[in-house]
Amino acid sequence: MKILIKNGIVVTDEYEKRQNVFIENGIVSRIEENYSADADMVLDADGLYVLPGLVDAHCHLRDPGYEYKEDIVSGTRSAAMGGFTSVACMPNTNPVADNKTVIRYIIDKANREGVVHVFPIGAMTKGLRGEELAEIGEMKEAGIVGVSDDGRCVENSSVMKKVMLYARMFNLPVICHCEDSRLSEDGVMNEGALSTEMGLRGISKAAEEIMIARDVILSKRFDVPVHICHVSTVLGVEIIRYAKRTGVKVTAETCPHYFTLTERACAGYNTLAKVNPPLRNEEDVEAIIRGLCDGTIDIIATDHAPHHMDEKNVEFDKAANGMVGFETALPLSYTVLVKGGHISMRELVRKMSTKPAEILGIDKGRLIEGKMADITIFNPNVDYQIDISKFVSKSKNSPFHGFHVSGKVVATIVNGRIVVKDGELVV
Amino acid sequence: MTINKKDILGIAELSRDEITSILDTASIMKRIIQSGDKKTNYLRGKTVLILFYENSTRTRVSFELAAKYMGADTININVSVSSVAKGETLVDTGKTLNSMGADVIVIRHNMSGAPHLLAKHVNASVINAGDGMHEHPTQALLDMFTIREYYKTLSGLKVAIIGDIYHSRVARSNIIGLAKMGAKPVIYGPATLIPPEIEKMGAKIAPTINDALYQADVVMGLRMQLERQKNALFPSKSEYARFFGINQVNLSLAKKDALWMHPGPVNRGVEMTSGVIDGFNSVINEQVTNGVAVRMALLYLLAGRENMKVSRHASGTVDIPVQEACV
Repeated sequence: MKILIKNGIVVTDEYEKRQNVFIENGIVSRIEENYSADADMVLDADGLYVLPGLVDAHCHLRDPGYEYKEDIVSGTRSAAMGGFTSVACMPNTNPVADNKTVIRYIIDKANREGVVHVFPIGAMTKGLRGEELAEIGEMKEAGIVGVSDDGRCVENSSVMKKVMLYARMFNLPVICHCEDSRLSEDGVMNEGALSTEMGLRGISKAAEEIMIARDVILSKRFDVPVHICHVSTVLGVEIIRYAKRTGVKVTAETCPHYFTLTERACAGYNTLAKVNPPLRNEEDVEAIIRGLCDGTIDIIATDHAPHHMDEKNVEFDKAANGMVGFETALPLSYTVLVKGGHISMRELVRKMSTKPAEILGIDKGRLIEGKMADITIFNPNVDYQIDISKFVSKSKNSPFHGFHVSGKVVATIVNGRIVVKDGELVV
Repeated sequence: MTINKKDILGIAELSRDEITSILDTASIMKRIIQSGDKKTNYLRGKTVLILFYENSTRTRVSFELAAKYMGADTININVSVSSVAKGETLVDTGKTLNSMGADVIVIRHNMSGAPHLLAKHVNASVINAGDGMHEHPTQALLDMFTIREYYKTLSGLKVAIIGDIYHSRVARSNIIGLAKMGAKPVIYGPATLIPPEIEKMGAKIAPTINDALYQADVVMGLRMQLERQKNALFPSKSEYARFFGINQVNLSLAKKDALWMHPGPVNRGVEMTSGVIDGFNSVINEQVTNGVAVRMALLYLLAGRENMKVSRHASGTVDIPVQEACV
């Protein structure tokens, strides 16, 4: 199969230039201005961005165990609709992905039925209990690209130190969910005036910041790189900024909801806006954007967290944490960050494609000759309202329904195979 | 006398005029309670369902009596033996009760926002009888009614609210309501039980109990919710009583005729001494009576108006034809 993408604006982390891209047998064979060759399919990308396929370093595919929310098939289709060609899925499945059997199940199913590349992240500790090391070595052999107890924090600092030392032996990134759960107690939203007014238990920003500080200190002390998940607060950003300045090998991510929404989205007991860490205040949103601008926050991840409507259509206290994210991440990031004048398109590509691949140590996220053809074609010129009923994900738990955004994924090509064309799934 | 609401979910949603309307209506309802024949037919043919997810005696009985005095059919739903115990969701329970023809659903729930969720899914009017740590609007209305009976106004009054503010829906509703009506709520309690940024709701935080009580027109104790103190928010009941309790000594700082209030039930000797609870200035029992009147007023304003014609005086004030309404 030969595909010629004509007249698009190729954007990588290094350049932005009008180029033609020629794909042969799943490989990008030529990137050249005005290049022409016989092709089985020609995609006219005039006025569109042609990007290295997006890489999500943090998502939940819910498979195995919670297939009623999402599974590898629906999750990867949703990812493709959002322009993602590679996704790293978290291990809080049922059973927990803390052993090679579950990891192999995920990889095998993804190879058989998935439409994008799936890279599992293994648990740090058995059962995500934060007590004993999981079989990290065997999981590495089976194919994990990192370790995390995401959804929970390893609160025992001694265990965390062991995770770091052990994971380093296998050259795996340590991906930290930072939350002092004794401080966040039974909190369900950001602690402050609104939680007081709504009579909901608040989660102090300190619960997140304390653990970011701890993990940065452990990273420094034992010389192990760490990656901080879903940063949401001013001080969290400042701790990471300071750490980077002093040479700590720390990288960090945030998610689109932390730079687009404040806690006000929870008003009226809107469970769709219930996430963990919780949505914060205006000053935090500004700090997250500043952190993205100056490189303190390296990447944008989705934290795609599908939940069944019955898990959201309940009292706020009872509602599950999380929102779906694959299909809104790029339009939100483009609208707020690029159109908002904060970062360039090249920088966005770096944060959503090149750098996440680098952190996970996978050979993805670059659009260069000789590499596998994982490509996203994005039309920045359409303005529309997000409509959750059109999501491909099994779950529709998004507070962004009706949000005005710019930019839509037109095509997603995975390994030279077109999976999204003209904004529709074709597989 | 009107309120333009399907539901009463919190004081925050009520305007100053609506609060005044409710209190005015409650004055008339109190006259009915004090009359020989309490039974009216304002809610004739209406069904009031009382759905309590938390234990309560006074609020539940108060609502039930109010509904009965108004001529409604009432049904108490004991959640612990209902389908809720089998795992039914609040939304499904609400839809079921709605389909059975409920006109008003009175709900108490241990989770904040539960009445809001219910109200979105039912045609019946929903009255919040207390939700988690959020609001207890009928308690605040009866408190404001009680204060207004004595002072004829709420404007300018210093109301000291002392105790566990963090867990208290009564405090939140009172702060919002009192501030809205021009009073000056001042709060005090252990720092561990003062929620963040509560000042933004309209209350001042006093630095000491003496500052809170000084020249107060009303002193309101809050029930120390001992069942919610699993997280060691204060060291002991005796220490609480020593530093945060209201007694006749520190009450001497308040105005001489200050009202002493408490939403009950009281932990005697913890948040208030018995001398205060049973003291001359205590209106705790009147609060209970006024609670029935306020709840009758709300039921009337939400569901009963269509059964009666309201007459308007030349002065512009309105009255409910009490006698004609009696069965």
